[in-house]
Amino acid sequence: MTLATFPASEPKPSWTRYFTFNTDAKVIGIQYIVLAFFFFLVGGLLAMIIRGELITPEADLVDRTVYNGIYTMHGTVMLFLFVFPVLNGLNNLLIPTMIGAPDMAFPRLNAVAFWLVPIFGVLLMSSFFVPGGPAYSGWWSYPPVSIQNPLGHLVSGQGLWLTAVALSGVSSIMGAVNFVTTIIRMRAPGMGWFRMPVFCWTALAAQSLQLIGLPSLTGGAIMLLMDLVAGTSFYDPAGGGDPVLYQHFFWFYSHPAVYVIILPVFGIFSELFPVYSRKPLFGYVYVAVASFIIVGLGLVVWVHHMFPSGVPEWMRNLFMFTTMLIAVPTGVKVFAWLGTLWRGKIRLTTPMLFCLGGLFNFVFAGVTGIMLATVPIDIHVSNTYFVVGHFHYVIYGAAVLGIFAAIYHWFPKFTGRMPYEGLGKVHFLLTFVGANLNFLPMHPLGLMGMPRRVSSYDPEFTFWNVIASLGAFLLGVSVIPFLLNMVSSWVRGPRATHNPWNAIGLEWLLPSPPAEDNFGEHVPVVLSRPYGYGSGEPLVEHQAEIEAALIQAEQLESAR
Amino acid sequence: MTTAYPTPTPAPEGHHAEGHESHNLTGFIIFLCSESVIFLAFFSGYALLKTSALDWLPPGVDGLEWQMPLINSIVLVSSSGTIYLAERAMAKGSLWGFRAFWLLTMALGAYFLYGQAVEWSSLKFGFTSGTFGGTFYLLTGFHGLHVATGVFLMTLMLIKSFIPGNYKGGEQGVQATSLFWHFVDVIWIILFLLIYVWQRS
Repeated sequence: MTLATFPASEPKPSWTRYFTFNTDAKVIGIQYIVLAFFFFLVGGLLAMIIRGELITPEADLVDRTVYNGIYTMHGTVMLFLFVFPVLNGLNNLLIPTMIGAPDMAFPRLNAVAFWLVPIFGVLLMSSFFVPGGPAYSGWWSYPPVSIQNPLGHLVSGQGLWLTAVALSGVSSIMGAVNFVTTIIRMRAPGMGWFRMPVFCWTALAAQSLQLIGLPSLTGGAIMLLMDLVAGTSFYDPAGGGDPVLYQHFFWFYSHPAVYVIILPVFGIFSELFPVYSRKPLFGYVYVAVASFIIVGLGLVVWVHHMFPSGVPEWMRNLFMFTTMLIAVPTGVKVFAWLGTLWRGKIRLTTPMLFCLGGLFNFVFAGVTGIMLATVPIDIHVSNTYFVVGHFHYVIYGAAVLGIFAAIYHWFPKFTGRMPYEGLGKVHFLLTFVGANLNFLPMHPLGLMGMPRRVSSYDPEFTFWNVIASLGAFLLGVSVIPFLLNMVSSWVRGPRATHNPWNAIGLEWLLPSPPAEDNFGEHVPVVLSRPYGYGSGEPLVEHQAEIEAALIQAEQLESAR
Repeated sequence: MTTAYPTPTPAPEGHHAEGHESHNLTGFIIFLCSESVIFLAFFSGYALLKTSALDWLPPGVDGLEWQMPLINSIVLVSSSGTIYLAERAMAKGSLWGFRAFWLLTMALGAYFLYGQAVEWSSLKFGFTSGTFGGTFYLLTGFHGLHVATGVFLMTLMLIKSFIPGNYKGGEQGVQATSLFWHFVDVIWIILFLLIYVWQRS
C-alpha cells in the first residue's frame, strides 16, 4: 500500500462563493437548500394568510379574488420553489459524497439548473404586481378557468405562472439528467447496484420519474399557453377542444410528482433508522427494488385525480385498482423500517425524532390515501378539505419532516458544525404537534362537506377551522427555533468530527466539511452495503487507516 | 501541514471513468428519452382530440395533400442514411468523407424545412382553425423546430471538424448529433402516419 498525502487544512473558502456561479455540487446543494427555505417562508406567509382568513366563517381578511391568488401561489411556491429545490439540494450534497464521486457528471449544467430557480422564482413573485394579480386558478391551473384573460393584457398572472412552471420544468430536467448520469456512471469502485445506499436508489427512482413525467406537463402547459395567448382551442370546447385532456397531461406528471417528493424521503428514512437504532436496514434489497415498483405503478394511477371528471367507468375501476396496488411496495418499505427499529438501540436524537414523526404521519396519509382511491368515497369527498388534509399529511407531515431529519443529520457533514439538540427538539415538538393540529381537523371538515378553495364557509364548520388555524400558527412559530438553530450552529456551533453520529457510509469517511473534490484521487474500494451496524464488517478497503488519518487530522486541527 | 492518507488499490475497470467527456453521451441519451415523452403527449392529445371530435376538419378544408409531405419524408429518411455514412467515414479516419456526407445530410435537412415552409404557405387553415389547425401546426411546428436544431448542431460539428486534431479518435458530439437526427427522423415517421395517412375520422 502506498501512502499519499493531502493537506489537512486548506485555506478556508469565502462564504461569498454561495452567491456566485459555482460548479461544486456541495456549494450548489447549500444554495438550493437556503434558497428553498427563503421560499418556504414566502409560502408559509401565504399559508398564514389563508388560515387567518379561515379562522372565521366570513370572508373578512382578504378580498375573495386575492384569496384565490393566495392559495394558488401558496401551492405553487411550496411545490416548485420549496420542496423540489430543497430535495435537489440534498441530492447535490448526498449523491456525489455517498457514491464517492468528485462532483456531479455535468457541473456546469448543474449550476445552470440551480440559477434557473431564482429566475423563475422572481418571475413568479412578479405576478403579484401585474394588473389582475397572480394566477388564481389553483396550483393545477385547470381550463377553462386558467384560459380566461378578462383584462386582455398580454402579460397576465396566469401567463407568468405558466412561464415560471415551464422554466421550473427545464431546470428539473437538467437536474434529472445530471443525477441519473452521475449515479449510473460515477459510483466508487466496488459499489455495485446492491451496495448502493438506499437514498441513491430512491433518488434514481425519483429522477427517472421526473424524466418520464415532466415532459407531459410541459407539453400540456405549452398547449395551455397557446390557448391563453395565441387563440387556439386545444382545451376550449367552443373550438372542438377538450378541457379533460389537460387534466390527463397535468396528472400524468403531477401524480408521479408526489413520488418524486416522497421517494427521497423514503431514502432518508432508510438511511437514518439504521443509524439511530444501531441495526442493519431490514430487507435492503426489497426496500431498494420497491422504489422502482413505485415508479412503474406510479405512472399508471393518475386518473384517480379525475374520478369526478367524466371518465369512463372501466377507467375508474382500473385506476382504483392500480392505485391500491401502490400500497404494496410502500407497505414493504414501512414494514422494513419497523423491522429495522424492532429491538434496536433507539437513540432519540433530533433527526430520529423527525424520522419517527414523519413515518407516523406517512402511515396516516397512506390510510386516507386508500380511502381516496376508492371511487365512491373519492366522489363523495372530491374537492373537499379531506383531500387537502390528505396531501398535507403527505407533503408536510411526511416529506417536510423527513427533509428536516436529513438536514439535522447531514448538517455537521457539510458545515463542519454540530446543530444544537435542544433547539432541534423544540423545533420537532412544535412541528409535529402543529402539523397534526393543522391537518387532522381537515379530515372531519371534508367528510362534513366543506369545499376547498373557499374564503367563507358555513358556521357549522367553525370549530375545526379554528383548531386548524391554531395548528397552522404553531407551525408558523416552529420555523423560529429552526432558523435560530441553523444560523447560530453554522456560525458558532461546536466543531463536528468526521462521523459524529457513528454512522456507516462513504460520506462519513470524508472530513467535515469535505474537500472540494471529495475523495479526489483516493476513492476507497467499497466492500459491502453501508448498513453493517453491529457486524463490525468494514465498508471499504483500508477503513481503519482512513479513519485513523481522519482522526489524526482532527486532532491536529483542534490542537491549533 | 500534511497528513498520511492511504491510497486504495487501483480501481477495477468500469465505473470510475476519468474526465467528464465520457458521460456526455449517456446524459444525452437520457435527455432524448425524456424528450420523446413530449412528442408522446402531443401524439396522444392529437389522437384523443381527433377521435372525439364532431367536426374534425374546419369548413372549406377537405383533407391534407400528401404528395409533397411524402417527398419530404423520403428526403428525411434518406438523410438518416447519409448521416450514418458520414459517421462511418469518420470511423475509417476519412475526415473529408465525413464532411461530404455530413454536408449532404445538412442539405437534405434544409430541403425538408423548405418543403415544410412551402406546404404551410399553401394551406387554407391557420393555427387557430379549431383543434385540427391547432394540433397540425403544433405537431409539424414542434418537429420542424427539432429539424432546425439538428441542422444547427450539424453546422457546429462541421465547423469543429476544421479545428486541427479535434476529431482524432472519434467525437461524442458527432455521435450525439447523429443520434438526435435519427430520433427526429423516427418522430417524423410517426407524425406522417398520424397526420397524413390517418385522415378518415
